[in-house]
Amino acid sequence: MSDQKNRAPEGSDLVAPVMSRRQAVKWGTLGTVGLAAVGTACVQRGGPLAAGDTLKGGLAPGHGSHHDMMAVGELRGDSFDPTAFLTHFDYGRVSSLPSGQTLREYDIEATEFELEVAPGVFFPAWGYNGQVPGPTIRCTEGDRLRVHFTNSGTHPHTIHFHGFHPANMDGAFEVVGPGRSYTYEFDAAPFGLHLYHCHTVPLKRHMHKGLYGAFIIDPREGRPPARELVMVMNGFDTNFDGDNEVYAVNSVAFHYQKHPIELRLGEPVRVYVVNLTEFDPINSFHLHGNFYRLYRTGTNLTHHEFTDNVMLCQGERAILEFSYDHEGPFLFHAHQSEFAELGWTGMFVVRGPAVG
Amino acid sequence: MADATGVTRRDRTRIWLAAVLPLVALLVFLLLFLRFGPAGVFTGSFPPVEELTITRVTLPDRGVLRVHAVNGGPAPVTVAQVLVDDASWVHTIDGPRTIGRLESREITIPYPWVEGEPVVVRLVTSTGLTFDKEVAVAVRTPAPDARYLTTFALLGLYAGVVPVFIGLLWFPFLRDLSQKWIEFFLSLTAGLLLFLGVDALAEAVELSALVPAAFQGLGLVLLGLVGTPLVLAAVGRRRRGSGPASPVYVAMLVALAIGLHNLGEGLAIGAAYASGEIALGSFLVIGFLLHNTTEGLAILAPLTRSRVTLGLLAVLGLLAGVPTIVGAWIGGFTYSPGWTALFFAIGAGAIVQVLVELARLFPGGEKGSIAAPLNVAGFLAGMLIMYLTGLLVTA
Repeated sequence: MSDQKNRAPEGSDLVAPVMSRRQAVKWGTLGTVGLAAVGTACVQRGGPLAAGDTLKGGLAPGHGSHHDMMAVGELRGDSFDPTAFLTHFDYGRVSSLPSGQTLREYDIEATEFELEVAPGVFFPAWGYNGQVPGPTIRCTEGDRLRVHFTNSGTHPHTIHFHGFHPANMDGAFEVVGPGRSYTYEFDAAPFGLHLYHCHTVPLKRHMHKGLYGAFIIDPREGRPPARELVMVMNGFDTNFDGDNEVYAVNSVAFHYQKHPIELRLGEPVRVYVVNLTEFDPINSFHLHGNFYRLYRTGTNLTHHEFTDNVMLCQGERAILEFSYDHEGPFLFHAHQSEFAELGWTGMFVVRGPAVG
Repeated sequence: MADATGVTRRDRTRIWLAAVLPLVALLVFLLLFLRFGPAGVFTGSFPPVEELTITRVTLPDRGVLRVHAVNGGPAPVTVAQVLVDDASWVHTIDGPRTIGRLESREITIPYPWVEGEPVVVRLVTSTGLTFDKEVAVAVRTPAPDARYLTTFALLGLYAGVVPVFIGLLWFPFLRDLSQKWIEFFLSLTAGLLLFLGVDALAEAVELSALVPAAFQGLGLVLLGLVGTPLVLAAVGRRRRGSGPASPVYVAMLVALAIGLHNLGEGLAIGAAYASGEIALGSFLVIGFLLHNTTEGLAILAPLTRSRVTLGLLAVLGLLAGVPTIVGAWIGGFTYSPGWTALFFAIGAGAIVQVLVELARLFPGGEKGSIAAPLNVAGFLAGMLIMYLTGLLVTA
């Protein structure tokens, strides 16, 4: 018994011992005087939500309820609404070129601002159009895109789109200094789910501060109708120690657990998932009570896999399609428990009656 | 008094004015600075450096963590979120989330900690900075009940009072010794105490690192270390003039110094037990017995040629031993590294003064001097005894 209890806290620089190491060793030895109180306490078990537990507790605090593992409070700022972001697509200003080709024009501005990544926690962000993730740019394969980029920040930035384009439209070498502008122009291809982000060095800093967004190129024939949601997986290193303190989809820890996404029974759902987590090589998307058809990078109209968990590398993305046959609350989260517990947990609430 | 030193009332007024003038100037400058000064120059757009110290994490019940945090930094700090073992967790705070300078808060977290395993609490501030504290071994914190008080009363009794009284049993032996050997034991006492003093000082300095910055832990240690012997010296001088102190007085001083040291030790034991860092084992008690029996000897050494009553011996023993109990009681419930560092420093400072007084008990001259071979041997033997008993305890 003593052996386990008195394990010395070796190798942890977090430990601020009340006593010197010498004393800890000296006093932490065999025998028990007045140890009865210690011995009687038994091991705590954090049980999962059992069947029949209602959402609003049923389990006492401190005993493993999913409502304890949560950020406290509500967002104070109103600058960014993750719920609105979910379904907001920027199709640009649409016109036609003399050739008949569709022209879509976008205005994108890089700025610096405070982003509330968890209630009361403000991150000094850099972002496109004052939000992280930046606006979801959406178009159809073959459209001409013209993106007017203005750098209103204090550091040089660019926009690097994934996809086909000329070298000088790549946003890697044509660095746009503070107060300068640049127009990116290219034809949208290939269809699929892509991303855009700043490609200025140091990359880690420019990426994790928030200069990124989702970039959807629809196939010419379109995709079947569905409830469409954008989820950009990201993280924030709030104390700049090279490790994320907050994880989320669409920036705000636990937002969709506190404000669940409502679905209808049988409603076809399509989620555009892009991994823009910095520092951690991979992230994942796990769906509860269901499986989804997985379209990697969205570049193929037949699905690759039928699964409930997908691993995505940094910059990797996938389209997920599913519908629910059961009513009730269903979690979705990273299957890295650490990410899930630091904010990357959300919830669908499925309600009847069935659509159609 | 003014007449005696030939200072007139006018002169005195002038002296007072001269003393106050710089203070008035300082006040005027501060007011002007706050009103008109370029204060903006000194505040950048970057977030202020936040300083938050978690002084204590207790586990009052199954599934509950309680965190005591102090803002020792230059600016207010707002605790926005709490992470436990890298998981965001709900919690309540006994006041506003913004903690002012030198203010403290208690944060209660319903977290299902696991018995016997570490748990790390991390406070995330509004600017995203983090402040951590690890509980090395999660054990339910003893409640301030009769059982706890009894446990520590017993520990203090075994570790502080009993060994000191056992040490006092050497009195008849010491009384029959020749002057030469008495000096040997006085030297031995000095060696013991020096060892104890350095130990206390090391503890104080180590603990001072855990004190919130604004409270200047090292400054506290310095105050205790230097202030204590000076106060004791001044008190002693007032009582007896400038000659050597009476043996009873020195013995009292020794007992007081040891008592102060034991108070610090008690605080540390109580806190370590409460935070699950140590188990109270029989080995621990044996260690204290060995260490502290020598303390009884140290108290006796100055008294060998004095008339000593049993009552005096009892008082000396209690003075040296009982603070262990008091310290353990306090340390278990409201542990503060700052106070513990201060008490250790006061103990070390008292030992400094005891060493000075002990030195004056030596007759001086060539043969009976401190540097006589037998006395040097005694001094070294004293330190060696402490070292060896320490070894036995860690074995």
